[in-house]
Amino acid sequence: MNHFDLTAHAWLDLFQSGKATPQEAADAVLQRASQVNAKTNAFIRLNDKVRAQGGPCPVAIAIKDNICVNGHLTTCGSKILEGFIPPYDACVVEKIKAAGGIILGSANMDEFAFGSSCETSAYGPARNPWALDRVPGGSSGGSAASVAAGQAVWALGSDTGGSIRQPASFCGVVGLKPTYGRVSRYGLIAFGSSLDQIGPITKDVKDCAKLLAIIAGFDERDSTSVNVPVPDYAAALVKDVKGLRIGVPKEYFIDGIEPDVLAAVQKAVQYYRDHGAVIVNVNLPHTEYALATYYIIATAEASSNLARFDGVAFGLRAAPSKVRKNPLMDMYEETRARGFGDEAKRRIMLGTYVLSSGYYDAYYLRAQKVRTLIKQDFENAFQACDVILSPTSPTTAFKVGEKISDPLAMYLSDVFTIPANMAGVPAISLPCGFDRSKLPVGLQLMARPFAEDVLLRAAYAYEQATGWHRERAVL
Amino acid sequence: MTTFETVIGLEVHLQLKTKTKIFCGCRNEFGHEPNTNVCPVCLGLPGTLPVLNRQVLLDGVKVGLALNCTINNFVKFDRKNYFYPDLPKGYQISQFDLPIARQGYLDIVVDGTSKRIGITRAHLEEDAGKLVHDAVNNGSLVDYNRTGTPLVEIVSEPDLRSAQEAYEYLTALKLTLSYLGVSDCDMEKGSLRCDANVSIRPVGQEKLGTKTELKNLNSFSALKRAVEFEVTRQTGVILSGGQVVQETLLWNDDQGAAVAMRSKEQAHDYRYFPEPDLVPFTLEANQVQLLREGLPELPYVKLARFMARYGLNHYDAFILVQDQGLASFFEVCVKAHADAKKVANWLIGPLMKEMNERKKSFIGMSLTPQAMVAIIQKVETGVISNVIGKEVLALVLDTGKAVDAIIEEKGLAQVSDDEALGKVVDDIIAANPAAVAEIKGGKTGAIGFLVGQALKKMQGKANPKKINEILSRRLQDV
Repeated sequence: MNHFDLTAHAWLDLFQSGKATPQEAADAVLQRASQVNAKTNAFIRLNDKVRAQGGPCPVAIAIKDNICVNGHLTTCGSKILEGFIPPYDACVVEKIKAAGGIILGSANMDEFAFGSSCETSAYGPARNPWALDRVPGGSSGGSAASVAAGQAVWALGSDTGGSIRQPASFCGVVGLKPTYGRVSRYGLIAFGSSLDQIGPITKDVKDCAKLLAIIAGFDERDSTSVNVPVPDYAAALVKDVKGLRIGVPKEYFIDGIEPDVLAAVQKAVQYYRDHGAVIVNVNLPHTEYALATYYIIATAEASSNLARFDGVAFGLRAAPSKVRKNPLMDMYEETRARGFGDEAKRRIMLGTYVLSSGYYDAYYLRAQKVRTLIKQDFENAFQACDVILSPTSPTTAFKVGEKISDPLAMYLSDVFTIPANMAGVPAISLPCGFDRSKLPVGLQLMARPFAEDVLLRAAYAYEQATGWHRERAVL
Repeated sequence: MTTFETVIGLEVHLQLKTKTKIFCGCRNEFGHEPNTNVCPVCLGLPGTLPVLNRQVLLDGVKVGLALNCTINNFVKFDRKNYFYPDLPKGYQISQFDLPIARQGYLDIVVDGTSKRIGITRAHLEEDAGKLVHDAVNNGSLVDYNRTGTPLVEIVSEPDLRSAQEAYEYLTALKLTLSYLGVSDCDMEKGSLRCDANVSIRPVGQEKLGTKTELKNLNSFSALKRAVEFEVTRQTGVILSGGQVVQETLLWNDDQGAAVAMRSKEQAHDYRYFPEPDLVPFTLEANQVQLLREGLPELPYVKLARFMARYGLNHYDAFILVQDQGLASFFEVCVKAHADAKKVANWLIGPLMKEMNERKKSFIGMSLTPQAMVAIIQKVETGVISNVIGKEVLALVLDTGKAVDAIIEEKGLAQVSDDEALGKVVDDIIAANPAAVAEIKGGKTGAIGFLVGQALKKMQGKANPKKINEILSRRLQDV
């Protein structure tokens, strides 16, 4: 195996035994990242050099471009944040740095995390390391591609409706969206504030547990972070699923799932059954409304969150050559017209519309009520099971350009990941095989709030038994 | 001819003087260089999040309780979305459907009659920054220091029927709020700001007329002038067959006129929705009870008590309660000096004169009740005259020295010695034969003139009663 393909825990073993130093490791990964970035475009910006500072986990990491790093350009994959250099670290970045983490650069993403393919990035689409004519998924496509291509040991992504899990699935890596409130959002440039979570994207489940342990925990700067103790995630990594109740919701096994995806996921169900888990049928009856309500709530919040990109205090400022209304309105309109891409504009308009006077009750308020029902679905289902299993996405990675002009088809890529965000529950995606084109398939597991340890246990046992995580893309 | 009734409701913004801003750790202070009292949170930098300053919540509850409101224990914030350069996030964090306080009232007195004015709501929100116009090349600059200053917005019912009532309401509101110690309540400095919604309707009509909103009312008198102007304008519009247009008007106090800012068509759709960055929570019931118990005696309750307990008239009691410190001082003094009316006179007269000259409220004066009472007693017992008493008060305030020491050092004690005073009186009689002749002729009014001359000669140190006695005696002898 190539050095750049090593997991964080493998590197840590090498550091421990003196066979490598953190600096050597970081240099090797950075070199790989530089070599292949022209192919993957996983990084929007790569640092020229890296320096190991010491610390318990001195591992090279890719940071999604919507997570603020003090003194480093942070642009959310958008032109409108041109020149924005945060004067502070996101909470997760502080924690990464405190652990000795070595930041490689900014990972590519859909603009403001609006997308499922990484094609809406203002810095060009990222590519899937398994097939460069295909998308890596999104919005954390750069993070997932960088890990899959050996351009980073691991990465941070963010997940509002599947933006960690779907690209993890497409790129054959592990991605976990924590419980809402498990990881501080301080320093994450907001998309849908009530849905966003930062989470790890890694080469295997053990790394996932390790990175989650670094970033999880209460932060008083984020009022939505929850003050519950962080369990020992490493202790959850046992190869035993006996007695674990695994719920299979029929609402997630619908028409439109690619046969190879369905087959791979069904094999995973069989694995759990064979190893002593109890497979139960559960119902999540409001699943069919999740996508529609998500696009009301997420866009409503986004339209407000993106109002601050107005050309006044930071980022891009543009003005038309001729006065149209008045200098201030002209500046606002020109800045936002030039700074935002099509998908950002679409979502801002959708969100503005659903919050408008006279429409609020019919859309936003009703969507919130449906959201409560979706949450209750999960509460009910978790009476009967410990983990809910489904495909991460109905398909494997699609071709670049295939869905970009059909937003609804694109949105369907997240149909299985969105409910976990709506309910605030944790969910993980891990490799569960390949389709006939040798494209990775992802398995999604969901659990009760703050039961990330249960997810990690179920995922780890399966991963260790099947070994899908050892497969690497060849570039 | 139709007669019209004026309908006014006021929206008052009160800046709270908490140590830090409402959603970040910046100091809540004024007077800093532009954009130096800011942080990533109040600048609304991408990725930052608000955290509620709990003191703001407690102060908001106090305001609600003082205005006899029902407190909403479920604390929730909302976003009010609009674009303006002084609003760095593109939305203001405010409270929409669940204000911290609602359905209260405030009693005011107009022309001797008490009237109850409804308070619709009081809610918490953050202040915006300040634009400095035409600062550079016709451009504007933004100072974000004020951004995130905690505000309570207090909205009255449309219960006010004249500019005078609006004035009295604002006066009473300011006085009540000033007792809570949560704000400077200073209109000049902008810690108390007022907008007025004004409409008129034919007398007897139930339905409200179309209202306009007056902004930029920077003083109590400006409020009165602006409302009067607007009522006259609306009356003129309607009488000439026109219709009042719903719009926001900017009052220009120098020109005594209002100009349109924006019409209803241009009005913002604020797209309120719950602030997802702040988790709603429930205020413990006993917390509200503790705050209720901790409220000070409010000014109008105090006023009534001063009248009943100390026999003060409304005028004196009203003046005393205007300054919470002075009112408390009065009560301590009265414990050592039973003549409440006399104490009140000393406070309202000489002491307030000194406060005005020093441009200070009572809290800024270094005066002990012992000193005040000592001065009053020295005057009563004739040790010093009334005039010298006032002088001693000024010296106590200037030097902080004891009353006795000042009288001693400056030799201010009154001369009551018959012999010394007799000599002075003799001199005055000798020097004013004309006045003496008048008195002899029955015009006793001139006695006062002679007494005054004697006092003047004694530089105020003579006991006027004594002078009067001696003078009367001597005049009989002459």
